[in-house]
Parts: sequence; C-alpha cells; structure tokens
Amino acid sequence: MDQAIKTTPRIGDRPRPRKNYLNETRGFKSWAFTLDHKRIGIMYLIGVLFSFLLGGIFALLVRLTLLSPTHKIFGQVLLTAEQYNRVFTLHGAIMVFLFIIPAIPASLGNFVLPLMLGAKDVAFPRLNLFSFYLWLTGALMALTAMVFGAVDTGWTFYTPYSTTTDGPVTLMTAAVFVLGFSSIFTGLNFIATVHKLRAPGMGWFDLPLFIWGIYSTAVIQVLATPVLGITLVLLMLERSFGIGIFDPRIGGDPVLFQHFFWFYSHPAVYIMILPGMAIISELIPTFSQKTIFGYRAIAYSSVSLALVSFIVWGHHMFVAGQSQLATVVFSALTFLVAIPSGVKVFNWLGTMYQGNIKLDTPMLYAMSFLVLFAIGGLTGIFLGTLATDVHLTDTYFVVAHFHYVMMGSTVTAFIGGLHYWWPKMTGRMYSEKWGRVGCLLWNVGFNMTFLTQFFLGSKGMPRRYYNYLDQFQPLHAFSTVGSWIIGLGLFITAAYLLASLRKPADAPDNPWNGTTLEWQTSSPPITHNFEEQPVLEREPYDYRPVVAAR
Amino acid sequence: MSTTSVDLHAHGHEAEHAHDPHHQHHFTTMEQQFDTSKIGMWLFLVTEVLLFGGLFVGFGMMQARYPREFVEAHTHLVRWQGALNTVVLLISSYTMVLAVNAAKKGIKSKQVLFLALTIVCACIFLVVKYFEYSHKFEEGWLPAKYYSYKGDSLPACMEKSAGPEAAAAAPTTPPAPCTNGYATFFSFYFMMTGLHGIHILVGIIILTWVLIRANRGEFSSSYYTPVDLVGLYWHLVDMIWIYLFPLYYLIQ
Amino acid sequence: MSTQTQTATTHGANAHAKHEHGGTALYTKILIALLILTAITVFAAGFDFGQGNVVIALVIATIKASLVGLFFMHLVWDKPVNAVIAMAGFLFLGIFIMFCLLDFNTRNNFIPQNMTPTLVPLAPGTAPAGNVIRTNPAAGQAEGGEKK
Repeated sequence: MDQAIKTTPRIGDRPRPRKNYLNETRGFKSWAFTLDHKRIGIMYLIGVLFSFLLGGIFALLVRLTLLSPTHKIFGQVLLTAEQYNRVFTLHGAIMVFLFIIPAIPASLGNFVLPLMLGAKDVAFPRLNLFSFYLWLTGALMALTAMVFGAVDTGWTFYTPYSTTTDGPVTLMTAAVFVLGFSSIFTGLNFIATVHKLRAPGMGWFDLPLFIWGIYSTAVIQVLATPVLGITLVLLMLERSFGIGIFDPRIGGDPVLFQHFFWFYSHPAVYIMILPGMAIISELIPTFSQKTIFGYRAIAYSSVSLALVSFIVWGHHMFVAGQSQLATVVFSALTFLVAIPSGVKVFNWLGTMYQGNIKLDTPMLYAMSFLVLFAIGGLTGIFLGTLATDVHLTDTYFVVAHFHYVMMGSTVTAFIGGLHYWWPKMTGRMYSEKWGRVGCLLWNVGFNMTFLTQFFLGSKGMPRRYYNYLDQFQPLHAFSTVGSWIIGLGLFITAAYLLASLRKPADAPDNPWNGTTLEWQTSSPPITHNFEEQPVLEREPYDYRPVVAAR
Repeated sequence: MSTTSVDLHAHGHEAEHAHDPHHQHHFTTMEQQFDTSKIGMWLFLVTEVLLFGGLFVGFGMMQARYPREFVEAHTHLVRWQGALNTVVLLISSYTMVLAVNAAKKGIKSKQVLFLALTIVCACIFLVVKYFEYSHKFEEGWLPAKYYSYKGDSLPACMEKSAGPEAAAAAPTTPPAPCTNGYATFFSFYFMMTGLHGIHILVGIIILTWVLIRANRGEFSSSYYTPVDLVGLYWHLVDMIWIYLFPLYYLIQ
Repeated sequence: MSTQTQTATTHGANAHAKHEHGGTALYTKILIALLILTAITVFAAGFDFGQGNVVIALVIATIKASLVGLFFMHLVWDKPVNAVIAMAGFLFLGIFIMFCLLDFNTRNNFIPQNMTPTLVPLAPGTAPAGNVIRTNPAAGQAEGGEKK
C-alpha cells in the first residue's frame, strides 16, 4: 500500500539516480539509433528550435524590408521584390511545416506523453525514430530547395501560380510531403500509446488534459495529413505532366486545389493550436495549485475542436470562387469553433479564480497565452463572418489574426511548456529573473508587431505585397521595431536556457508541485522512465497533500 | 490496491511464463502488444483510405466537370479484364484470410500454402494489369500531356475560347480542339490504378517476407501479428479495388 | 484496459483463446457472396438507369467492402475500437466529398435561372482590362452552351 502511493513526492525525498537517460549511454550512435522517446523528443526539440531560428531570421528580414516604402536600409535596397516573395514563402513554409506542426507534439509531446501515462515508451518506438528521420529528410529537402533558388508561391502553393512559376516547387512540395508522413506517424504512435499504454488505474478521465489535447491533435494528424500528401502529389504531377486537375489552362479547377489544400490545412491549424491549449491546461492548474475547473468540459472541447476543424475549411475560400451557398454554409459552421474555444478559456479562468497563483515564468507565459489567444480568437470571428471577411481577406488583418493564434498562442504555450518541463528534461533550473525579462519582452514585442497589423489591415494594406503606400509607413515601422523586441526577447530566452546547461544538475524532481506522473520520476528521468510501474490512485490535478487525501 | 502494482524491472510477470522472444519490453503482456499493433495498423489503413480518398474526390469532381468525355473515355477500358482482376483479388483476399486462420491455429503447412496462393493471385493481377497498360500505351491513351489518341469526338475547348480575344475571333476561326476531359480521365486512371498497383507490389514483397518467416515456423497461436497485419493491409488493397472497378470500368 | 493488463492470466495462448471465430466454411460463403455481387454489378451496368447506375455500383461496392471489412478483416469479432477507427476514415472522407460536391453543384447559382451568363468584352479604355459577367437575357440564348 505504501509503495503504491507516490503522488506529489516532496522535494528531495529520493536520492538522485546516478544514471539517467542522458548519460546512460554516450556517443553519436547511442543518439542516432536510440529508441528512447525522451531522446527522440530532445532531437526533435533541437531540430524544431533550429527551424524556429531560421524561420525567425526570415521573418526579421521581411519586417526589415517593410521598414520603409523604398525598402532601403542605409541606402541599400535590402530585398528585391522577387527575393521578398521568396523570403516570406520560406518564412511561412518553415514556420508551419518544420516548426509549429512538430513543435509541441513531436518534441515536448514525445518527451512527456509516455511519462504522463506512466508508460516506459511510446507504442512503436522504432516508428517514432523513423518519424524523426522522415522529419530530418524533409527538412534537408526543404533546405536544398532553398539553396537552389527557393520558392515564391507562398506556403499555400496555390495553383495555377505554383504549377507555372520557376523555382524548385517540386522539391519543396516533395519535402512537405515527407514532413507530412512524419507527422502522420507521430500521430498514429500517440493514439496507439494513449489507447493501450496507460498506467494501471488510469481511465480515460484520469488522463492529464495535456494528453487529451495531444490525442485530439493526433486524430487530426492521422485523418487530415494523408489528404495533404495526395494533394501535393497531384500538384507535382500537374506541374510536371499537366494531368489537368488544377490548372485551368488544361481544363482543371484551381478552386479544387484550394479545397484539397484546406481540407488538410484548416485542421492543421488545430494541429498547431490544440497542443498549445494542452500545455496551458497543465500550466494553469499547477501554478494555481487548484483542481482544474471543468475537467470533462476541457477534455471534450479538445475532441470537439478536432472534429469541428474538419467542416470549416471553406472559410479560407470566401472570395476564391466557390459557390455562394458553400460560402454561407462554411461561414455558419465556422462560428461553431468559438464554442469549444470559449469553453476552454472560461474553464482556465475558473481554475485561476481563488487559486494560489504563483507567477513563475511558465505561468507568466500561460497568462500571456490567455490574453493573446483571446485577441487572436475573437478577431477570427470577424474573419469568419462573410460580410467583413470580403473586406478583410488577404489584408494584414488576416496576417495579424493568425499570428496571434499561431505565434501569440501556440508559440507562447510552447515556450511556457519548455520552461515548465525544462527541469525535467535537463535536470537544471534556469534563471527565473531572466525568464521574466524574456517573457516581458516577448509580450511587448509581440503586441507591438502584430496589434499594429490589425490597423494596417483594416485600412486596406494587402498581405504579401512588397510595395505599400507612404501613409502606411509609420505603422509598418512600428511593427518592424516590435519584431526586433521579439528577437531580443527570444535571444535572451535562448541565452539563459543554454546557460543553465553549463551548471551541474540542480533541479528537484518536482519543482512546481505538479500532480501528473512525469513529476514522480527523477529529473532527468532514468532510461526506463520509472523505477517501478506507477499506479494512478488519485484524480489528476488533486493538489491536496497526500495525507489529507487519505 | 497493492496487488495492482506491477514491477516491470524484475520482469516478475514473465518469470511465470516462458519469455516470448517477440515480447517488447514496454508492453506488459503479449495481448497488450498484439492489440496495440492492431490499432496501429488500423490507423495506418485509415491514412491509406484518405490518401486514396483524395484521388477518388478528384476523380469525382473531374467527372462532374467532364461527364461526356469521361463516359466516352471509359469505353476504351476492357471490361472483362477489370472483372477478371476483381475476381482474382477477391480470391486472394479469401486465401489471405485462410492463411491468417491457419497462423492463428499454428498450422504451418496451410499457412505457407495459402500465403503462396495469395502471392500467386497478386502476380496474376499484375500480369493482367501489364496487358491492360501495354494496350493503352500502344493506342496513345496515355496520361496528361502524353495523351495522343486521335479518335475521340473532340468537343471545343471551353477554357481556351473564354477570353475576350478568343470571343472576338470566334466568328472566323473555330475553337481549337483539345483533349482536356479525355487526358484527365486517363491521368486519373493511371494515377489510381498505378498507386493501387504499387500497393499490390509492396504487398507481394511483404507477403513474401511473411511467407519466408512462416516457412521457418516463426508464427504460432501466441504470436502471429505479422500475418494478421499483412492480412489487414491486403484486404484494404482489395477493398480499394472493389471501388475502383465499378467507377472506372462500369461508368455509364 | 487497465484491468486486462494487470491480470496475469491473460497471456500467450490463453490470450487468443477467445478469438476463436470465423472458420473456412464462413469465409467460403463470404467469398461466394462477393463473387455473386461482382456479377450483379457487371450485369447492372449493362442497363441504363441514368444517374442510378453510379448509385447502384457504389451501393454494391459498399456492401462488398463491408463484407470484406466485417469478416475478412475480423471487425465483427474484434475490439470495437478498431471498427471505430475504420469508420472514422470513411466518415471524414465522406465529409470531404460532401462539401466539395456542395460547392461544385451550386456554383453559378447566383445567376437567376431564366438568364444565362454571357461574356461581354468591354470597349477598350472604359474599364479595367478583362471582362465582366453580365446577365443578358437577349444574348443568352445563343451562347447557352457556355454554362455548365
């Protein structure tokens, strides 16, 4: 009986094991051929952070080019119009396919999910490693495409431009195809793991909400990504051979491409945001030290968001030439998204209400998420409304909206989750003081950059344009300065996180007094995750002391 | 509650039984491992369904766009060849399920026999496909821009005559004939049967591998996961053909 | 699930004892049914039912696919989760097709039924390049073929 109860162990109640997953084996091969989900998660983490850096550099270049309408920095034209098209395409494609989609599920999810379930590994460890190498292959293909002249289609590869433009579009789409299969296999693995590898005593409604979010994400990954795969194959064939499906010159229908593309890419938006919400659902109860409010509501809202995401894709095509009836139907269905999103936000607020809130860095990011996601989500309603969308389509308003959701929400949650699990992953605590500075700069910079773009968009500044009217310059300049602050904030964050790696392991097993199973093993965990099979005996998010519970 | 605490490190559970060499360390029991593999396989099959599904949707939309051209183009497909292949694949599915049945019961001879028969059926399918394809190649019923068949009753090309210049020029020059709907039909025909054929080919390779393992006597009633999973895959390939056959060979 | 993994008795051969089902006789019947359905679908294609042909072909194909799924792929006897996964695939494919058809079948409906669209080239210099779609009942008759 005593052995079975291990919920919320006190700090330092167990000697640190000498061997952990990081130092049990050494050398390149021990990482390259590892089947350990933790190591694969770390490799993914390094990969996605590198992609984030690359995509971020392109983003800064885009903003810098738009600093003035002459595009001149110190008398030199920074980017020509053609280069600008390529740079924003690369920014989009890298951020979406290489960074955000794998960021949370494949890196943090891979590391944490089996630990949270009390499992020794994911269901198919070899498939997991294969999926990582697929990601790496796709990333290298995308980089090769960049070296050979880059693509200027935008990340959406809309036909007929993508079937006629020069540049290595075929290689780039092939890269995305490979990345898609990496994503599918990760999702497949997670679904099987959640179904079959839960710890004894852990029913579906004992799952941490992070798992619910990742599970819903995985469902989308499995159901939607194959359609992206076939779409890209069709695009490549159309481009190479002219099969006559998308290119109107040979009898195809370009709107059909958009249907195909958005059938994947709208659910893909939820592949990006659901894991972010999943992290927030962990951070808020832990740093409020209060049971989550509305556990089932949050769990169901994750699943229903995943399902609703499949029936709203047409709202990307309001002005693309789809039928008016379809437009109206898609617009009406789009409003459904607001319901589960609202359920989540209000339940998080309900959790914080009268909680014992600790403003550690992860919680600061979680609270930033609430604000930024509210802005991003609510402006989405304007865009889902047919009448306003016709005016706002393809303006900076759209750019600002999806950056608030993708970057302001998902990336904020990702950074928050990274801080939350950093002690578990590395065994080291980071500088709390610099963590707060980084978070502050992130918030200031982000809002400066993108709140401005709502104004730009509603005044009629079209997205993706190289040139703009002089009257927009003050807002563009303000936005560009904001991007520098974001860059500075992220640089500081990277610096203190990396600096923490230089000191000896000092993190306690459970620095935040979390209740989920990953805090019951050592920091960093041993290779097989747990000394003994953990058994779940209390509900998740029960922060009462163990004695009181008995 | 203490009875539920399972010590994985000591492998206390396995100590009571002979340790199965196929048992992976992160599963508690062989049954759990089997069920997990099966869920994984079904999820994979779902991705296959949606992958082919995209092509089916594309085919459907293009058929809605070019109904006359698609009906005329389909008459070039030889119906009996398609029907023969349907029968061959159905029989191969049948032998496959018998092979799984034999594996489940641990009967080696039947396993090997039925797996071999499945592979034979798959090869017959590909041979028929070879004759179909080579006939299409000869006649110029090729996909996309390689389409060179001249015998169609070609209608005017709507898209090319749509511009203002073409409209102005319309009274003097007749609209240029084009192969839009026809080439598209054969593009889809080759993409879909080709992708299906690739799946058959992959199936043959995996079946051969399973056959070799079965011949070594690796499968027993306690471990036959590979046979079962390749069976699922093979039935899915059959299932896709069940839809391909009427859509391509029997359109009216 | 957790209770199953804990009980030490379910292991090895015992685990699969409850999977006893199917059998050659049943599988043979299913094969015969599939072959008969194939014959029916070929036979039915010989008649002209208009739109009905596609429907008949797809219904028969779905029956055949269900037989393969339920019996050859063991879904009848399997754990329900596998059937749910399989159904999800077809359900979402159905959603995909449904919305695409919704769009395709209702395009251009904003033009009143008694009028047909005609392409009217503008006089040079009057307006942006290109052409506008106008509803022109008089000119509509001649170019009725334009509309799909």
